Amino acid sequence: MTKQEALFEFLLRKADDSLILGHRLSEWCGHGPILEEDIALTNISLDLIGQATELYKYAAEVEDKGRTEDDLAFLRIEREYKNVLLVEQLNGDFGKTIVRQFFFDHFEHLLYEGLMNSKDERISAIATKTIKEVKYHLRHSSEWIIRLGDGTEESHDRVQASVKDLSRFINELFYQDEVEEILIKEGIIPDVKEFRVAFENNIEKILEEATLKLPEEKWQLTGGRKGVHSEHLGYLLAELQYMQRTYPGMEW
Amino acid sequence: MKAEDIWAMLEDVTDPEVPVLTVVDLGVVRDVQFVSKDHWKIIITPTYTGCPAMQVIEEDIKARLAKENITVDVELVLSPAWTTDWLSQDGRRKLEEYGITPPQDEGDKSVLFGKKPVIPCPLCKSKNTRLISQFGSTACKAHYQCNDCQEPFDYFKCLK
Ligand SMILES: [Zn+2]
Repeated sequence: MTKQEALFEFLLRKADDSLILGHRLSEWCGHGPILEEDIALTNISLDLIGQATELYKYAAEVEDKGRTEDDLAFLRIEREYKNVLLVEQLNGDFGKTIVRQFFFDHFEHLLYEGLMNSKDERISAIATKTIKEVKYHLRHSSEWIIRLGDGTEESHDRVQASVKDLSRFINELFYQDEVEEILIKEGIIPDVKEFRVAFENNIEKILEEATLKLPEEKWQLTGGRKGVHSEHLGYLLAELQYMQRTYPGMEW
Repeated sequence: MKAEDIWAMLEDVTDPEVPVLTVVDLGVVRDVQFVSKDHWKIIITPTYTGCPAMQVIEEDIKARLAKENITVDVELVLSPAWTTDWLSQDGRRKLEEYGITPPQDEGDKSVLFGKKPVIPCPLCKSKNTRLISQFGSTACKAHYQCNDCQEPFDYFKCLK
């Protein structure tokens, strides 16, 4: 694998994470539990889709095969999407959406902090822009974790069940293969292994305040980075790609 | 035609979501460069990566300069990243008059559970206000309410 191929693959992985989660959050539009949260979740969705656009643009340039950011976002088949399984999981109730976001935001915060120092100027610029938005997301999801966990018996039990359910996808956030190895060596991306402990400390501190616990059970799911997804992604893509598949090449 | 003439024309282009601010007040226009006679290059930067107003701003810039028979290339750059520090003094004053509290120095830089900043009410100027939501009607605003006059208001949140 060349450095160029590794860079393309990495950009695709991260762009897919942001696009798929952004799309999931957009499903809350008009369905939020309260107006303020409807607006918050769709604002976060918009940030994620904006980040995905920047990453796809750069990926398309790196690939240099005449594809555009829209081709990458809309015209690949399921097995070609490289997002982690966490982001494609169903919204569930509001608490489950918040737990999914909580794990994701804490990981993104540490990752983008590292990417700000990338030797690749474009990645460093995207990261410097993105980190400011991620900080708002992180505060939002963390405060809700505490409010729901340390809230009523009902909210505690529901959010605890989601922590148990979604913690199976944490390991995959730290997935590494040849792609990451090449880019770490080149100083383009940080080695996520180095902040695994910080990640765990950060989330455990908040979970503790929320009277929530990570499960003892450490069984983990993986596959997204290789294009092997849960059944939920196909349905999401059917909706995401509908307009481009029905009216090829359409523009707003 | 000089760069300052182009800048003056850009003062007529307002933000589609906060129409009281011009794109110059907002700090979105980073540079104006001469290319050839009646052809200029305008460098802009987004406030937020997903800001849907950027395309409209680009169209509006082109339309404004087309009135003077000037064609432009608009280039979007991400670096250096936009910060609310680039909001002009004039822009801050206009925001407040419009009923939106301009960005305050939030001091505490900690991401989580830092001290809550004091965000004054743009109407009665009371400092006794409360945060309703970090995410307001657009990406750049948070939603507050005044505990004294009870008025809900937008706060143009600090982005550094
Ligand atoms: Zn007031």
